Amino acid sequence: MVPFDLVSPRNLRDVAESLADGRGEILAGGTDLLDRLKERIDPPARVVNIKSLKELYGITEDSGLSLGPLTTMTEVAGNDRVRHQYPALAEAALSVATPQLRNMATLGGNLCQRPRCWYFRSNDYPCLKKGGSVCYAVTGRNKYHAIFGGGPSYIVHPSDTAPALIALGAQLEIHGATGKRMLPLHDFFQGPRENLLHENRLQRDELITRVQLPPAKESTRSTFLKFREKQSLDFAISSVAVALDMDGDTVRDGRIVLGGVAPVPWSVPAAVQQLQGRRLGSAIDDAAEAAVEGARPLDENGFKVTLTRNLLRRALQQLAQGKADAR
Amino acid sequence: MSKIHISCTINGEPQEFLCEARQSLLEVLREDLGFTGTKEGCNDGNCGACSITLDGVLVDSCLVLAVEAEGKQIVTVEGVAGPDGLHPLQQKFLEHAGLQCGICTPGFLVASKALLEANPNPTEHEVRHWLAGNLCRCTGYDKIVRAVLDAAGQEN
Repeated sequence: MVPFDLVSPRNLRDVAESLADGRGEILAGGTDLLDRLKERIDPPARVVNIKSLKELYGITEDSGLSLGPLTTMTEVAGNDRVRHQYPALAEAALSVATPQLRNMATLGGNLCQRPRCWYFRSNDYPCLKKGGSVCYAVTGRNKYHAIFGGGPSYIVHPSDTAPALIALGAQLEIHGATGKRMLPLHDFFQGPRENLLHENRLQRDELITRVQLPPAKESTRSTFLKFREKQSLDFAISSVAVALDMDGDTVRDGRIVLGGVAPVPWSVPAAVQQLQGRRLGSAIDDAAEAAVEGARPLDENGFKVTLTRNLLRRALQQLAQGKADAR
Repeated sequence: MSKIHISCTINGEPQEFLCEARQSLLEVLREDLGFTGTKEGCNDGNCGACSITLDGVLVDSCLVLAVEAEGKQIVTVEGVAGPDGLHPLQQKFLEHAGLQCGICTPGFLVASKALLEANPNPTEHEVRHWLAGNLCRCTGYDKIVRAVLDAAGQEN
């Protein structure tokens, strides 16, 4: 591993101080950070270990559900409230990586992990995301890259829990040197046109201190489906998170968010519009078609358009048949 | 680089060691403490050859900093067998020939033991799901899965 200074802050003020000069990065589960420290991929000079901060752990029930950013994927996927009231999140957390990694990887880390693009992850390519001048995916091998929102970089955001949490209406509590603020998770991410180097809007001195889910409604149905090449371990080639507020069989409102297809979790309100006021079972094809409208695939990833359309179709069919309720 | 003093328990025995911040727990276990049963495969969390339990939780030791072992209970493959001989899982891996080159085997044993402690009667699907974090490039997994299922039957 590349050498670094290790600091162990005792409170949130210490954390903000340790991060303020922009040279520090938070150690939570370590499953992404340690890999980058070993491979020397954009490694920080200082590692800020937040694991001794008790307030960052655990799932507490209030009007909704409040999840600490150090809650592991295993804990999220196994929590009864999450499984029964926010199934899309439980399914997303369970789809992450492997049992070992789910025991280590945290919710905050899943939202803040860096891209998996093979050019970003290789030191042989001084790509745009590492301060270089070229996105090698444009003319290179781009099977796994963005079909929406790409340019000038074509990374995809790798998080599984982010699409699910956005579909479920999650907010983040964020702490920095000047105090705390709330931010809808939908507004947390930023694409390469806004900022090439940072995939989210955390300021240098900030960290996520809570992930807040709104109260679950009896009338909400949610699910998460992920396509990958292997049945375990893999990151999403495409994923869909759907949360719909139903009036019987009719869709009142909802959110549909795609993962693995854009530099940010990709919300598709046009697909929801196709569903609103209609019987879910009769509107599935229209919604799936609307979700991929405007896709701009690269040379090798046109298959993701068909894949994403069919994945959304399958997710909506499952919700129409009430399968999510059976969980 | 100044060294950091760490106290922990490994396979029931108290241990102390000095390490650098940038050393992984896998590195210290193997290179400094002689627990070479824990294997280094990919060194990035894909293969599970370095599986250990940390306070009873199954993790990849290549992605844990050695300093994070402070105060923790660690169990490596060397802690799987009891004083009376092989653990039932080890016996069944032998009987079913659930290994060939053997590099992945310590990780599979540690992961399987964690599985049976959490779920003493797993279905085949559950075994395969749980062992998804351990890669084997020889056996094709089938003999490993049968060994674990057989050991589960044995223990009950």
